[in-house]
Amino acid sequence: MTKLTFIAHDGTHFDVDAENGSTVMENAIRNAVPGIEAECGGACACATCHVYVDEAWTAEVGEPEAMEEDMLDFAYDVQPNSRLSCQIKVRDALDGLVVRVPARQG
Amino acid sequence: MTDTTRTDVLIVGAGPVGLFAVFELGLFDMKCHLIDILDRPGGQCAELYPEKPIYDIPGWPSISAQGLVDKLLEQIAPFKPDFTFNRMVSSLEKLEDGSFRVITDENEVFEAKVVVIAAGGGSFQPKRPPIPGIEPYEGKSVFYSVRRMEEFRGHDLVIVGGGDSALDWTLNLQPVAKSVTLVHRRPEFRAAPDSVNKMYAMQEMKELDFQVGQVTGLTGTDGQLSSATIKGPDGDTEVPCTRMLPFFGLTMKLGPIAEWGLNLHENMVPVDTEKFQTSVPGIFAVGDINWYPGKLKLILSGFHEVALMAQAAKRIVSPGERIVFQYTTSSTSLQKKLGVAG
Repeated sequence: MTKLTFIAHDGTHFDVDAENGSTVMENAIRNAVPGIEAECGGACACATCHVYVDEAWTAEVGEPEAMEEDMLDFAYDVQPNSRLSCQIKVRDALDGLVVRVPARQG
Repeated sequence: MTDTTRTDVLIVGAGPVGLFAVFELGLFDMKCHLIDILDRPGGQCAELYPEKPIYDIPGWPSISAQGLVDKLLEQIAPFKPDFTFNRMVSSLEKLEDGSFRVITDENEVFEAKVVVIAAGGGSFQPKRPPIPGIEPYEGKSVFYSVRRMEEFRGHDLVIVGGGDSALDWTLNLQPVAKSVTLVHRRPEFRAAPDSVNKMYAMQEMKELDFQVGQVTGLTGTDGQLSSATIKGPDGDTEVPCTRMLPFFGLTMKLGPIAEWGLNLHENMVPVDTEKFQTSVPGIFAVGDINWYPGKLKLILSGFHEVALMAQAAKRIVSPGERIVFQYTTSSTSLQKKLGVAG
């Protein structure tokens, strides 16, 4: 199991155990993290699972691909560390990953 | 007011479940008319993820969402459904004879004996951009679509977005507007490369201005914009803006269905699981829009729902007529309707 931490917009921490191969978004939904809507169910088609990757983790998580970058155009307050959480796959190297939930989705 | 279009069943929503409803209703000789806010059939399958494979359609180990829509259109073709696209159903009322009058946002009038709501997650509507304080300007100086180009004549126009809508309107409105500023958060575009090249060429000629950034503030009075603040890589700039067109994609909203007097359950329409009828007899709800204990938002559940709904709808459309349960495999009368009788 890989540990993930979601920090909701109000500062609440959600520490969850995630299965490798699942997406960060799926773990947010399973654990009812507020502020992750995932309207399209993980198809990279809506930009409502937008998160900010903690600065310490941006290199390991990596850059969004072109399609995700296109979708981020529809997100709210996009920053250089913005990602769609449905496009981040959990793996051993992400053990301890911290992501922040924005003030709103779209 | 235009003429009234009459049909047996009016289906609100032309997604996969609305389309398959045509099939099940057609087997019972009911004529269907579908209304959808998009410009083509398929709903979310066509709009959100046309190329994504779906793995849980029985008999199809994998089929793309658009592929499923195409197959459904082929399957319902024998029943010759009518479609009205680019319209939202804005009102629905029950008439004295028990039928329904439905009016669209363009004032087209439909009358049907049965209404089937197959509206999925609701109607696709332009997404409000993340610009603080935009609401008072909407419909007055901020618009989400262009109905008449003349409304932009002589205006300082700011267009926000990087897709085809944003680029197409940038190019088309440039000759009409006083000035055009295109704002997009990055220098890469989703729009067709040809439009992007044309835009850059016009910027070269100083016929328009392209700025990389996000609109963070608006200034104006009584709904009338005067300027917009753009946060770019080099800080904030203020540009003149008396009309704004933001293109931030689509989102799904329940919309006017909420005002049709139906019971609602968290923005979904409760139905019984025998007929999939709502709290108003003669109005059915199928697919993602409905709710009942154990509901799963799966396309295959919607297909099951329309089969049962069709039986109940037939009793309303043809009261007193005996309903014979038949298989398409063996019934020559069903095969005739499908145009496959030997």
